Amino acid sequence: MPKLTIDGVEIEVAPGTSILQASEMLGVEVPRFCYHDKLSVPANCRMCLVEVSPGPPKPQASCALACADGMVVKTNSEMVHKARKGVMEMMLINHPLDCPICDQGGECDLQDQAVAYGFDRSRYHESKRAKVDPDVGPLVKTVMTRCIQCTRCVRFAEEIAGTPDLGLVNRGEDVEITTFVEKAINTELSGNLVDICPVGALTSKPYAFTARPWELRKTESIDVHDAVGSNIRIDARGGEVMRVLPRLHEDVNEEWISDRTRYAHDGLKRQRLDRPYVRDAQSGKLRPASWEEAFSVAAEKLLSVKQGWKAALVGDLCDLESMVALKDLMGSLHETNLECRTDGAFYDASSRAGYIFNSTIAGIEQADAILLVGTNPRREAALVNARIRKTWLNKRVKVGVIGEVADLTYPYEHIGTGPADLENLIKSAGGFAAVLKNAKNPMIIVGMGAFQREDGLAVQALARQCAETFNMVREGWNGFNVLHTAASRIGALDIGFTSKDGFDLGKVELVYLLGADDFPMEYINPHAFVIYQGHHGDAGANRADVILPGAAYTEKNGLYVNTEGRVQMARKAVEAPGEAREDWKIIRALSAYIHRQLPYDDLFQLRERIAREWPHLMQIDQILPAPWTVFGLPGKVAGTSFVSAVQNFYMTNVITRASLTMAECTKVFLHHDVAEAAE
Amino acid sequence: MKKHLDLHAAYQPQSFSFRSAEAVKDILSRYPEGRARSAIMPLLDLAQRQVAEDGAKANPPYGGWIPRAAMDEIARIVGQPPIKVYEVATFYSMYNIEPVGQYLVQMCTTTPCMLCGSDNIVKACQDRLGIGLGETTGDGKFSLMEVECLGACVNAPMVQINDDFYEDLTPARMVEIIDLLEQGKEVPVGSQTGRLNSQAEGGGTTLKDAKVRKSGT
Ligand code: SF4
Ligand code: FES
Ligand code: FES
Repeated sequence: MPKLTIDGVEIEVAPGTSILQASEMLGVEVPRFCYHDKLSVPANCRMCLVEVSPGPPKPQASCALACADGMVVKTNSEMVHKARKGVMEMMLINHPLDCPICDQGGECDLQDQAVAYGFDRSRYHESKRAKVDPDVGPLVKTVMTRCIQCTRCVRFAEEIAGTPDLGLVNRGEDVEITTFVEKAINTELSGNLVDICPVGALTSKPYAFTARPWELRKTESIDVHDAVGSNIRIDARGGEVMRVLPRLHEDVNEEWISDRTRYAHDGLKRQRLDRPYVRDAQSGKLRPASWEEAFSVAAEKLLSVKQGWKAALVGDLCDLESMVALKDLMGSLHETNLECRTDGAFYDASSRAGYIFNSTIAGIEQADAILLVGTNPRREAALVNARIRKTWLNKRVKVGVIGEVADLTYPYEHIGTGPADLENLIKSAGGFAAVLKNAKNPMIIVGMGAFQREDGLAVQALARQCAETFNMVREGWNGFNVLHTAASRIGALDIGFTSKDGFDLGKVELVYLLGADDFPMEYINPHAFVIYQGHHGDAGANRADVILPGAAYTEKNGLYVNTEGRVQMARKAVEAPGEAREDWKIIRALSAYIHRQLPYDDLFQLRERIAREWPHLMQIDQILPAPWTVFGLPGKVAGTSFVSAVQNFYMTNVITRASLTMAECTKVFLHHDVAEAAE
Repeated sequence: MKKHLDLHAAYQPQSFSFRSAEAVKDILSRYPEGRARSAIMPLLDLAQRQVAEDGAKANPPYGGWIPRAAMDEIARIVGQPPIKVYEVATFYSMYNIEPVGQYLVQMCTTTPCMLCGSDNIVKACQDRLGIGLGETTGDGKFSLMEVECLGACVNAPMVQINDDFYEDLTPARMVEIIDLLEQGKEVPVGSQTGRLNSQAEGGGTTLKDAKVRKSGT
């Protein structure tokens, strides 16, 4: 363990630690542009220069120099300042200094460091270079004159996203970042380029010229666009969400978020339900109503329809509290027709280990063989895919796929397409079966595509058999994983928002839809009375007889359980529009109308109620290993192939369907896909 | 600012394949397993030479350059994304990624050559061919290109035409060389005044009586 002195303070670090990292441990700030702790180290910006002795009498790039025993480092000497000033002056030679019209202004590394190391005037009188701004798609805006050639974007695209389309071409003064052959950067993670670019060369296109960072109110929250539960920061101005940024959580999303998480928020402004509606008996059309009227109509039906003929469905974006409240409400009417698996997936919800991502997302990095069954993680959970890619990059983890053939950004062995291939794999000894057998930490990831079929339960049993055959479950390691696509699902399964024996939606007379839009409304009995509670005027609201306007995820405090079973707390960033209210409050108010008032008056009491029945749901940000028990139902499997649960990454729920940005992405990227396939 | 390259331009051929699989294999065999990326540079060179061979027979003729299709093919061969090949090809001035004339005249104008009159050489070429630097004659025979020091300063001024150096130039000799090349005649390469390598002008001055030691003795 090398021991060295930095600015007079002694420190002992692990071998291989760079001087920059060691300085950071001591709280000594070293300016940098090209260095990023999740990317490789090219040491090409030279901003991090420090003075090191012993060694040549010249400044050294601290990001690329490993600590050695007995080093004496000065990060603040005259030589260092002079060197950094020189670097800064060179960087600004060709920089347009257009901060007043640059979206990065106020949160720009170059701006900040120019304050510390810049001159107040330029010695450069020649004309500055001009650049062509490549069009890289609808999400990232490029202004290449501002680029300082740190190549963070190139490395991100190549290493993290796995779509090496960006490069640094030409040389000297002519160098430029470009895709060279004009094309959109086709990755679900492209928005992160905006974050890692230290200057204003890559900025967010939809956010362009809308706000300055110091005007924004920042709220730390949780994303609901997939089941990963990415940690986000919601930046709002007044009542409007201006942008969504990632927040560091090493075990979940590291410091990235997917483009759907980042850019779908413009859908929160369109097609909102901002007042209650009631279907007019005469005209058969929905008409605006007061809360009172809406509640009265709903209550009357809830009381008049006989027990056993009512059902409640919860959708993909619901918070835990409102689902518990709805369950309590239905329970007060002795109704057990509850269901959360509205996506048509059949799986056994009786054993927690059978439906969560047991290995955890960070645990992927421990795996040395991964079997993907009926899933395209790139589309279903872009950050889980990024984790698999990271593992592949670090140690060339072996990946096998049973399901669709698709570009997952890492190589894999395509074993088959349907359940029969899984059966064969379990029976065979060579090929990928041998890989799994010899692996120390083998892992299976089953997607919703494997369950969204009649034989789902049998496939689940088969997956369990696979996990057991290849010794994936043992003390200290559980390699059985289900990858969900809905943020609400695990929470709903945990509180038992399921029906054991099922019920026929085509027969029930009253259906309560809590944000449930993603299934064919024709399944509902055409004569049934439908109460829709949610935030967007989508399929559910269209079918509804009463609409109770609820709040979107940015407009309420709530708990979400991600696919790992990790409970996380989302916070309210803005008010719900118009008369819309937080969902649990709506249900609580409705309960009074049916004379079965729910016993909680605020969110705190509701959470206490949850803690009493399901204590594990109050362990925020904890992972509790689920005991391994029997689940699934061995049976005959069909010969049909698995189809991934998400076909269009940009369109998965009511918010994305209302988002213009997501519509544009669909046009550009899916069309692009088609064009490529045709070539 | 450098001209923005158009890899979708009409002059780009749709496909490219190496004529000699043998040569490609030979180049790949020089690098260890998993390091095929290193073969990008020699393969680019091979592609450029192959195009030059075709160009010499074509009418109008053209010189060696590397079409996008060739870069994509190289990327496929070495198993790298195409952008990695574009990066290399655009970095080095010896790779032409746009069509050039059959004879690419690279004119050194760096300080030593400039002091010895390279400006006049450039002017002689421009007048003779009727084109400027960075341009190609209408018959496809000549392109002029300004380059930095080519390392033959001792015999300045000099130009490089395709693979060969032409040194100790005068404007008149430069025009003669162009005439000869145009007629398809041989031109002696190296010093045009007949000096040996980079000996002093007028012959050797030192070590005149030194016994030359034969190798191996
Ligand atoms: S575009 Fe931004 S991230 Fe990419 S090299 Fe330029 S400054 Fe760095
Ligand atoms: S941060 Fe060290 S050289 Fe860029
Ligand atoms: S300056 Fe012309 S060859 Fe060196």
